[in-house]
Amino acid sequence: MALPAQQIPKWFYTIKIRNFITIMQIRNPLTRPRKTALHGLLALPQQSSGSFFHWGFKNYRTSSLWNSSQTSSSTRQENISVQDTHPHLNEEQLKTEITNFDPQILLEELEDLPPISPLQQISEEDAVQIIAEPPLPPTSFTLRDYVDRSDTLQKLVLLGVNLSKLEKRPGAGTLLLRLDFKNDIQKILLFLKDIGVEDNQLGAFLTKNYIILTEDLENLRTRVAYLESKKFSKTDISRMVVNAPYLLSFPVDRLDNRLGFFQKELGLNVQKTRELVVRLPRLLTGSLEPVKENMKVYRLQLGFKHNEIQHMVTRIPKILTASKRKLTETFDYVHNVMSVPHHIIVKFPQVFNSKLLKIKERHSFLSYLGRAQYDPQKPNYISLDKLVSIPDEVFCKEVAKASLQDFETFLKTL
Amino acid sequence: MSLPVVPFGSASMGYVGSSRLHGLFAVYKPPGLNWKHLRDTVELQLLKGLNSQKKHTPQEHVRFLLGPMEGSEGKELTLSATSVPVLSEHPLVRGPKYRSVKVGVGHRLDVKSSGVFVLGVGHGNKLLTDIYNAHLTKDYTVRGILGKATDDFSDEGRLVEKTTYDHVTPEKLSRILAVIQGSHQKALVMYSNLDLKTQEAYEMAVKGLIRPMAKSPMLITGIQCLQFAPPEFLLEIQCMHETQQLLRRVVHEIGLELKSAAVCTQVRRTRDGVFTLEDALLRTQWDMHSIQKSIQKAAPRIEAELEKCQTVALCPRDPVGQPAS
Repeated sequence: MALPAQQIPKWFYTIKIRNFITIMQIRNPLTRPRKTALHGLLALPQQSSGSFFHWGFKNYRTSSLWNSSQTSSSTRQENISVQDTHPHLNEEQLKTEITNFDPQILLEELEDLPPISPLQQISEEDAVQIIAEPPLPPTSFTLRDYVDRSDTLQKLVLLGVNLSKLEKRPGAGTLLLRLDFKNDIQKILLFLKDIGVEDNQLGAFLTKNYIILTEDLENLRTRVAYLESKKFSKTDISRMVVNAPYLLSFPVDRLDNRLGFFQKELGLNVQKTRELVVRLPRLLTGSLEPVKENMKVYRLQLGFKHNEIQHMVTRIPKILTASKRKLTETFDYVHNVMSVPHHIIVKFPQVFNSKLLKIKERHSFLSYLGRAQYDPQKPNYISLDKLVSIPDEVFCKEVAKASLQDFETFLKTL
Repeated sequence: MSLPVVPFGSASMGYVGSSRLHGLFAVYKPPGLNWKHLRDTVELQLLKGLNSQKKHTPQEHVRFLLGPMEGSEGKELTLSATSVPVLSEHPLVRGPKYRSVKVGVGHRLDVKSSGVFVLGVGHGNKLLTDIYNAHLTKDYTVRGILGKATDDFSDEGRLVEKTTYDHVTPEKLSRILAVIQGSHQKALVMYSNLDLKTQEAYEMAVKGLIRPMAKSPMLITGIQCLQFAPPEFLLEIQCMHETQQLLRRVVHEIGLELKSAAVCTQVRRTRDGVFTLEDALLRTQWDMHSIQKSIQKAAPRIEAELEKCQTVALCPRDPVGQPAS
């Protein structure tokens, strides 16, 4: 339902006119001849459907690219600030030339403009240029409304970025709409490809860390150079970046602090720290508090010596980030109920990584069968990694020497 | 934002291949797991199964794009129809199709106990209320240890006293169990609000088919000792309107009656209404296909049971048939 020219709501003036006016101070005021062109163009909106916003866009669309000169990029940036929630769309579809409006002239014109009749004859060219698409909503909770009209979003979807996850994060949707693929995003994607991130990994990477698209390319290059200076190889760096997408969003001194912390805390030499970080780059991007807590737990509560902790961490780095409660419960069961001494647990730190319920079920089954033997000195020894790491069928057949049916029947008696 | 499961045009419940998930099924709850976490895990597994079903077919629509006409001076602009892909229906833009499934629980089990745990999906949740109102009995196996007493009646509580148990014999135990069963039998008849002077009520009472169809305190319809190897013993209890803590209290009271002390080490539900141990799904089987099969298998039995309860409930008196064990 098209609004006739006079019935522009008052709030349009109060909000937008202020912005118009700030822009007008930069641009030259329009001359009279332009106004007549406007007069003719203002008549057009009657034929379109939709809100007055669309009316507004249609105006400059016709007075746009083909008739007037290209607007410079400076006007484009000003216009984004004007409609700050409105998406940036393709150039052909929407030329945000509000700057072509002189607010005073607008006010004057709208007062005494007669409404144009829909039966008025217009030229073939003008008719072809009418685009009667439904208007885009000015604000929305989902990017689905904008994806068909936005080039950037379409290219991101084809890359594999999960927009449905990103739109839930505050500010992500508006940011993605405002970015331009050719100018901003492409540079960063090429940079990531240079480091060694594969094409099929880019989608998942950007879904986790979309902020990198706003980073300065120079900063990113400095950080990669820093990592290379610490003797991380190219493959290492690409692996780290893929596994911990936020790595390159960290400034150099923060990365430095983290690496220093791990070296000091664990007391490992440079080579081992490097391998540790490559295996679990999440250590560099996550919080350090849980790691400090876990180190205290291992040393004081569970009673492991420093070199034992070093050995366990180099084998399974994930035990540094496991939850405290899980660690204590698992250790309690393995050490006290299964009677496994410290030095054997050190050889198999995988037990800290697995579910306690699984360990309990399998141990009770083995003790029911009489095969719960965890001492390497005695015969029929069962190693802890066989206990936790292998799947159920293999466990039943090889370790317990019973059928899967028996195991399931036993589980139902627990 | 949530899309409940939409039935497709298939007649049978739990039809594998369509996304029809409605009905009741039983899982085996392991000890140490909170029932809420269990319900959440089952819901996540069902969602995973549902969302992995359909593959996205890329849709296209026709758009008229403006461009200079070929072969002309280049000044003329015409509209040309092109088929462009519609990305607003792409799964990466839309998100997963199913975001929540309604999973309800039947009679709850506390953290330390284990056993058959009935869950309902979709329309099966309505059956859960019907099952609750049918007031069916449940079977438990309870293990106890003589010689100590704790504050919460289980072996992980704070120790209150230690006693000897050499004087306890199997005969004494069975005598006490018989006393318990007798007193609960009286309570059964009392709470069922029946007038025993009528013929049909008397006949039902003789067969042992009476039970209360309204709220009542815990009632034990049967209690037997399966194994006795001092200090451990194993009891089988059939009861209704119970909680697991009350069963542990029963073990404690048995210990007191035996002039010793007892704690309960294991409470395990072997039957909940019509669902038995063999219907219960283990942790490794909590995925959509096994659940659908299990719903299908259990559906006729539940229907039969509920019909029995309802037809008899239509009589002016309350008595209802006992469930098939």
